Amino acid sequence: MSRLKSWKEVPMAAVIEDAGNAETYETGGWRTFKPVLDKEKCIHCLTCWISCPDTAIVVKDEKMIGFNFKHCKGCGVCADVCPKKVTAITMEQEGK
Amino acid sequence: MGQQVAMTGNIAVANAMRQINPDVCAAYPITPSTEIMQQFSNFVADGDVKTVLVPAESEHSAMSACIGAAAAGGRVMTATSSQGMALMWEMLYIAAGNRLPIVLAMSNRALSAPLNIHGDTSDAMGARDSGWIQFFSENAQEAYDNLIQAIRIAEHMDVRLPAMVGMDGFIISHSIESMTLLDDQAVQDFIGDCITHMPLLDVDNPKTFGPLDLQDYYIEHKRQEYEAMKNAKGVIVEVAKEFTELSGREYGLFEAYALDDAEIAIVALNSAAGTIKTVIDELRSTGVRAGLLKPRVFRPFPAEEIAEALSHVKAVCVMDRADGVNGTGGPLFPEFRSALYDAPKRPLIINRIFGLGGRDLGLHHVRDVYGELQKIAGTGKIETLAGYITVRN
Repeated sequence: MSRLKSWKEVPMAAVIEDAGNAETYETGGWRTFKPVLDKEKCIHCLTCWISCPDTAIVVKDEKMIGFNFKHCKGCGVCADVCPKKVTAITMEQEGK
Repeated sequence: MGQQVAMTGNIAVANAMRQINPDVCAAYPITPSTEIMQQFSNFVADGDVKTVLVPAESEHSAMSACIGAAAAGGRVMTATSSQGMALMWEMLYIAAGNRLPIVLAMSNRALSAPLNIHGDTSDAMGARDSGWIQFFSENAQEAYDNLIQAIRIAEHMDVRLPAMVGMDGFIISHSIESMTLLDDQAVQDFIGDCITHMPLLDVDNPKTFGPLDLQDYYIEHKRQEYEAMKNAKGVIVEVAKEFTELSGREYGLFEAYALDDAEIAIVALNSAAGTIKTVIDELRSTGVRAGLLKPRVFRPFPAEEIAEALSHVKAVCVMDRADGVNGTGGPLFPEFRSALYDAPKRPLIINRIFGLGGRDLGLHHVRDVYGELQKIAGTGKIETLAGYITVRN
């Protein structure tokens, strides 16, 4: 972690001057459960991508390729919306 | 320069707002400040100002709109009193914490219950810890002058804090007095263009106001606010000097009236000072060395300057037109007493709460206070530390 700034260095009124910096704030540590992807089963319907309340589904060339664990909080929405006939995403307890 | 006019305090303040020509005014009417926005809305309707007037559905909303407009980068003003100020309470802290230089005209009025619409400073005292600069005005002229100066002080880059300018409800807000208006252009030249800092409407540089600020940074931002309020003291004096050049009227952190050689003195805000000065003139003609310290600002609290001005006095009465209901005196009392704690020589100090809900402060009440101070100065003994006057016993 970078050095915390003194009161003389921080921006006035806690204004955030760099837009979109939530991306650099890592919240993955909040997770109790983590999603696990079975690449063999995934049909790349991207329902998980559109349903993720964060930006934790990583898509490349219109294919679901995995999770951004720096931001995934383990809510399980992706596993829930994954079509029942597919069940490519399942939830596992963290640290197992 | 200027024009002599007869105006109520409210109309004088509305004229200051007309001359300031703020970008946005969001307000909700409440007695006794209603007339300020009523008159100002006439100026808006007549095209005398370019202000966007936002009639809000409550004072909480009015202050919220002011915060948004100020964050956007506008010069923003509003007016309120009493319950309106109380309803703004949550947003007052947000205006100050977000370092938004909003200027609020305040016709000071008692707080319910019991319901009362008349002048005391209970409303302002409820906001004393909110991070706002607080001015108090003896008469319409001072309210007008303070409001104009407040724009410069609030927007100063070393300060960036909101400011409220008080005057006694009805006693000043609704009484017609002779006073001088500055020329419109002179006011514009004095205040200059609005000094913005990180305005939201600078859309090429998007930013976020009011984010979550937890254990790792909240205290750093409060420390900045503390520094800003300390800086305000110097800026207030600096702006006052410039204002004197413009108007010929002198201002500082407080007014010391016959205080230099005083043996006994009163501390009082707002219009009571006028009554007290009359009694001082009377006492001085009989050889009694009575004086007055009339704070112009309560926030920032100029403790060192107060200690210097009062330490030679033998006995002081701090008069509060509000009661903090702590059972040991009004809100000015502990701060003035504390300011003198470190002085090598300090006066005996008492507190008298007076005039709540607009109860008249007569010359005889002030004479009685000075009489008691003379007794205390003579004997070195205080019989009643804090108590009420102007009340039926």
